[in-house]
Amino acid sequence: MTVLYDVPGPKARRRSLVISVIGGIVILGGLALLVTTLAAPRVNAGGVALPGILDPSRWDLVLDRALWRTIGRGIAATLRMAAVAAALALAIGMLLSILRTARSALVRVPAMIIIEFFRGMPVLLLMLFTLLVFSTGAYWAGVVGLAVYNGAVIGEALRSGIASLPRGQRESGLALGLTPLQTRFTIEFPQAFRQMLPIIIAQLVVLLKDTSLAYIIGYQELLNIGLKQGPTTFGSKYFFTLFFVVLAVYLAVNLTLSAIARLVARRTAGGRKHGSRRTAAVIAQLGGAGMDGGSAGSTGGDSSAS
Amino acid sequence: MQPIIDNLPIFIDGFLMTLRLLVISGAGALVIGTVIAAMRISPVGAFRVFATAYTELFRNIPLTLILFFCAFVLPNLQVRFDYVTFALIGLTAYTSPFVAEAIRSGVNGVPIGQAEAARAIGLNFGQTLGSVILPQAIRMVVPPLINVLIALTKNTSVAGGFAVIELFATSRRLINDNGNATVAILIAVAVFYLVITVPLGQFAVALEKKVAVLR
Repeated sequence: MTVLYDVPGPKARRRSLVISVIGGIVILGGLALLVTTLAAPRVNAGGVALPGILDPSRWDLVLDRALWRTIGRGIAATLRMAAVAAALALAIGMLLSILRTARSALVRVPAMIIIEFFRGMPVLLLMLFTLLVFSTGAYWAGVVGLAVYNGAVIGEALRSGIASLPRGQRESGLALGLTPLQTRFTIEFPQAFRQMLPIIIAQLVVLLKDTSLAYIIGYQELLNIGLKQGPTTFGSKYFFTLFFVVLAVYLAVNLTLSAIARLVARRTAGGRKHGSRRTAAVIAQLGGAGMDGGSAGSTGGDSSAS
Repeated sequence: MQPIIDNLPIFIDGFLMTLRLLVISGAGALVIGTVIAAMRISPVGAFRVFATAYTELFRNIPLTLILFFCAFVLPNLQVRFDYVTFALIGLTAYTSPFVAEAIRSGVNGVPIGQAEAARAIGLNFGQTLGSVILPQAIRMVVPPLINVLIALTKNTSVAGGFAVIELFATSRRLINDNGNATVAILIAVAVFYLVITVPLGQFAVALEKKVAVLR
């Protein structure tokens, strides 16, 4: 319960209920108006009458097995790109975070520049660059673009994870006689990884969403198969039906992954009372990682330690 | 280098279009996002439900799909705008929930004692929010909001895939004409993006430091 307002009494509760009902009706009415205006039957330029969007003749496709086979092919193509890109992004992220926290400035500074550069680039531009300069074909262009961009974001997240560890962790590692590199790998890195897991998963959701960008460079993924090829296969009167099916698939997959991310976040926060507040601070500083993570030139992690 | 110098006016045109997308849809997203955030913390249940649904829905749809809807599905429903307007609508719709979340987390980030103290001296909901919570929340909200704007800058490139001639589309067009200068053109476009994102990022960092001192 929030403290912004009093616990409502009977009168206020009634008033709130009235506003709630009226507000709800206004919102629903607005939505209904929008839908019916957009979905109304209309006559096209050739004088042919088209049935409205909610007309059953537009929706019988949903029961067609061929549609789901096509959509399945699209999902498979999307996941194939997302899985490879995610694995590469994790590898790149780990590598960059290790380089970024190196003791020698000769390693650290170039790694920092690389991270900031790629975080500041549109993924689409990275994809186009790979496609045209290395002529890799659309699939690998998409994979490389996503992997490099998200690798840089994950690298930065892991770096702030390492930076937020209590200093004693590293010191005790060194005191035990481990080399600095061993300390980093066996003591600091596993903790940083676990602490940053919610951010990393959130970033992987972003990666999955961003596979749809590969549509623009011509890769045959869910959007392309469903919305460009679908209307030619099944007939253009199913255009809206296909759109809503694709929309529903994306929503289902992303909401599931987001729910998993939240679950993991709660579990890691619950298991490590100590680290949780710091993680929350770092998550807040990274901008929630939802909207494509980071920013160019924002080396904010250094200031967040305070 | 030569093709870039020759085509500088085209680059500038693309850059201005990117800036236009950024400024207009950024402003639109700030307005809608603020309204959604206000609904999300309001005492009225229906508003809270609507704001939550809106946020969860638009955050989980790929931007490409939203722009596809605006550019290809809406004209099919006889909504007649030019492609730039469609792109502006799509970018605004996609960005607004991120703005709303940034504002909401700022409001939640104000220590609860502040709200309790305001309530204890008898301020009502509007007064508590307007003269105690929001002035503090805005300071905490600005850096994440700038991060949202930086992401929006990068996201405007997606509009280039839907018939809007901004930086990304410009680069594709120029590469078609100057195949031998592909790398140079792409790097030039990258620099144009960095011209927007790096100063914004530096501004966010500077502001964050200033705010950290104030608290």
